[in-house]
Amino acid sequence: MSPTEEPTLSEYRRREQSITLAPLHEQLEERSEGEGSTQELLTLNFGPHHPATHGVLRLLVTLQGEIVRDVKPIIGYVHTGIEKTAEDKSYWKVIPVIERMDYLSYYFNAMAFCTAIEKLAEVDVPPRAQYLRVIHLELNRIMSHLVWLGTSALDLGAISMFWYCFREREKILDLFEMSSGQRMHTRYFQVGGVIEDIPHGFEEKLRSFLKEMPSRVDQYGALLNRNEIVLQRLRGTCPLDAETLLTLGVTGPLLRAAGNPWDLRKAAPYSSYDHFDFKIPVGTQGDNYDRYAVRLAEMYESVKIVQQALDGLPEGAHITDDRKIALPPRHELATSMEALIHHFKLVTEGMRVPPGEVYSPIESPRGELGCFVRSDGSSKPARVHMRDPSFVNLQATAPMVKGAYIADMIATLAMLDPILGGIDR
Amino acid sequence: MKRDPLGTGVHVDADSLRVRSLNSRQLLRGGAIEGPNPSSHLEGADFERHVEESIMTTTLDKAVAWARSNSFFPATFGLACCAIEMMSIVAARVDVARFGFEAFRASPRQADLLILSGRVSIKMAPIVRRIYDQMLEPKWAISMGACCSSMGVFNNYALVPADKFMPIDVHVPGCPPRPEALMHGVLKLRKMVQEDPDMGWRERYQAEGTEEVVPELSGATALPAAVNVSAEEDTSGA
Amino acid sequence: MPDATGLELIAQELREAHGEDVVAETTFFRNQATLTVEPGSIRAVLAHLREQGYAFMSSVHGVDYYPHEPRLGVIYELLDMSRVDRIAVKLRVDSGDPVVASVTEEWPTANHQEREVYDMFGVVFEGHPDLRRILMPEDYEGHPQRRDFPIGGEPVIFTFNEGDSTGSSE
Repeated sequence: MSPTEEPTLSEYRRREQSITLAPLHEQLEERSEGEGSTQELLTLNFGPHHPATHGVLRLLVTLQGEIVRDVKPIIGYVHTGIEKTAEDKSYWKVIPVIERMDYLSYYFNAMAFCTAIEKLAEVDVPPRAQYLRVIHLELNRIMSHLVWLGTSALDLGAISMFWYCFREREKILDLFEMSSGQRMHTRYFQVGGVIEDIPHGFEEKLRSFLKEMPSRVDQYGALLNRNEIVLQRLRGTCPLDAETLLTLGVTGPLLRAAGNPWDLRKAAPYSSYDHFDFKIPVGTQGDNYDRYAVRLAEMYESVKIVQQALDGLPEGAHITDDRKIALPPRHELATSMEALIHHFKLVTEGMRVPPGEVYSPIESPRGELGCFVRSDGSSKPARVHMRDPSFVNLQATAPMVKGAYIADMIATLAMLDPILGGIDR
Repeated sequence: MKRDPLGTGVHVDADSLRVRSLNSRQLLRGGAIEGPNPSSHLEGADFERHVEESIMTTTLDKAVAWARSNSFFPATFGLACCAIEMMSIVAARVDVARFGFEAFRASPRQADLLILSGRVSIKMAPIVRRIYDQMLEPKWAISMGACCSSMGVFNNYALVPADKFMPIDVHVPGCPPRPEALMHGVLKLRKMVQEDPDMGWRERYQAEGTEEVVPELSGATALPAAVNVSAEEDTSGA
Repeated sequence: MPDATGLELIAQELREAHGEDVVAETTFFRNQATLTVEPGSIRAVLAHLREQGYAFMSSVHGVDYYPHEPRLGVIYELLDMSRVDRIAVKLRVDSGDPVVASVTEEWPTANHQEREVYDMFGVVFEGHPDLRRILMPEDYEGHPQRRDFPIGGEPVIFTFNEGDSTGSSE
C-alpha cells in the first residue's frame, strides 16, 4: 500500500474525525453548512402509559433534536362502546351510561342527552328544574376547571396546586353528594327535569361555598399568574389563531383564548341561561397562557351564575308533570290507579319517544358537547352519538406544537384539557 | 451488696434501678459491666420485662413483610373516571400519605402496586399486561372500580375484565368507589401483605413445574437473565 | 335555525345549481333543518352551504338505518356562527358499496370524525389522507356500531351458570 492511498474509512470513523472541541452552536453551524446535512428525525412513542398524557393518550412524536416536527395522536385505549351500549337500554337507563363518557363533566353529558330527548318528546322542563340544572352544571364546570388546574400545574411542576384545587373540589363533591347521594356520575338529571329537589341545608352550604370560592381563585392566581416559570413556559408558547381553530372545529376555552367569543350559553341559550348576567372571558394571543387565564376567569363567572341562580330559584316542580316521561311522586301511587300504571310502564318498558332525529348542543367546560339521538318510536334509542369536544379539539394538537420544544408540547397538552373518556367514548 | 428498701424481706442490689437496667443492657449487648459493682444487674422477672420492653424479636419474614406493606409504591395508572377518585386519595381529605403510599412512581420498574383504575378496553389490555410484567416482584394489583373487576356498567364488546389477563389481589367495587372505599381496599391489601408474606409467585402465575430459561445470546457474553416463563399464552405486543 | 321556508329556499338553490336530484328530501323536524342529499354531491353541497355562511362543521357522524335500505347514513352538522343557524346534511349509502367522498380537504375537522365513521360503520371515505381505524385495534374485524353487530360482553354469573368456564385465571 503506497502512503498516498487512504485506507477506506467507515462512515462512523469519518464522522468521528469531524468532532471538534468547538462549542455546540458552532458545531451545529459547521455541520449544517457541510455536505447536505441529514439530521435524523427520531420518532418517539409517548406511550399510553405516561404521567403527562392526561389519560391514556398515545402520541407518536417525531423529533429533530428537541423540536417537535410532527405529532400523531393514537386514541382508542379507553374505548368503551358507550354509544353501542346506549342502544341497548331504555331511555332513562341510558343516562348513567352516557354520564360516564366525559368523566369530569358528567352533568353535561346527561344534560346534552336529556335536552335531546326533551326536544324529541316535546317535553317542557319546569323553571325550578332549569335553575337547578344551571346550578349543578356551573358547579360541575368549576369542578372540571379545578381538576384541570390541579393536574396541569402538576405537569408544569407547581405540585402544591394539586392539593389546593382538590380541597375545593371536595367541597363541591360534598354538595353533589347532598343533592343526589353520589359524588361522581350522579344520575341527577332526568328527562324532564331533575330527579329530586335539593334537600334542606343545601342552600346554606352552597352559599358558604360561593362566598369563599372567589378568594380561593384569587389565591390560585396569586400563586401562578406572575410566577416566572409559569410565564416562561406558557407565555407565547404554541399559539394558534382563531381561523385555523375554526377550520379544525375547535370550540370552548381554546377558541375563546384565541379571541373568538363563541359560547353557546350566550349565543343559543338553553335552560334559562339568558336569565343570568355573566361575561365570557376572551383571550388575545391564543397562546398557552391565555388558555390558562380564560379558564381561571371562567371560574369566577361560574360562581356569579350560581349565585344568581340560587338567589332567583323559583318555586315549583322539579320535574315535568308528564306522567309518560317522568315517574309519578310516590305518594300518588297509593291513591291513583293511573299513576300506578304509569309507574309500572315507565319502569319496565321505559318511555316511548316519537320517531325522529335530533341534535342538541350545549356548552361543556371543553367546548361544544352535542348529542345526536335517533329514535324509531320504541322505548330504546336507535342511535346515540355524542359529539365530544375533546375528540375534535385533539386534532388541533399537531398544528399547535409543530416547531415547538417537547416541553412546550407537554404544557400544550395540559392546556388543551383533553379527557380521554370523551375522546374514546 | 444487698439491702431491703421496703422491709419486706426481699433483698435487692444496692444500686438504683436505673443503674441496674443499664448494666443489664450492657450485658445483653455482649459487653462487660464496668463500675463499682459488676454483678449488679436486673434479675428474674425484672430482667424479662426489661428485655420485652427494649428488644423486639421477630422473624425476618415478618419484619420484611412489615416493611413492604408500609411502603407500597403505587404506579400511576389512571385509565378513566376511577383515576379521578384515585387522585382524590392523594389529596388532603383522604390522605394516603398517612400510610406511606404517596410516592406514586411513574415507571413500572420502580413501582410495586398497580392500582388499575378505570375501564380496560381491548386495545389497552396488552399494554396493561406489559406494564404489569415490567414491574419487579413482589408486586400486587388492586382492581379499582366495577369496570375492571367485572365488566361494570358496560357489558359489551369493548371491555375486558382485569381477571382475564392478570392476577388481582384486591377488588374494590364502586362506580367510582369513594376515596374512602379505595383506602379500605388498600389497607386490606396491606393487612394481607403483613400477615402472609409468601405470595406464592408460581401459584399466581399458574407456573408450577416450569423452569427459568436462560436465552442463548450468540457471540456476546451470555448474562444469565431469568425470564419469567408463564405457562399460559404469552401476551406481548401492544 | 333556518325555518321551514328558509330550508326550502336553500334546497331550491341547490337544485338549481347542481342538478335536480341533488337534494333527495328536506326535513324540518322539531325546529331543526335536515337536507338529505345524494352521496356523490356531498362536497359540492357543503361548499355551497359554506358560501351561504355555514362555515363551521360541528360534527360528522354515522347512523345505521338497518333494516331500511340504503342502510348507512352519514350526517354533517353545519353551523353559521354569525346568525346562529344550524343545518344538517344527510346522505345514505348502501352497505354493499359504502363509498363517500371525503371532505377533509376543505373541512379539516372531519379528519378524525370520518375515521370514526369508517371504524364504527364501515363507510369508506375516498380521498381521506389516512383512513384507518381510530378507536378499535388496527386489526379488528367488523364494524361495531352497526345494528347487526352483537353487543358482546361477559355473561353475568348466577348460581345456575356458576360452574361454566369464563376463561378467567382464577
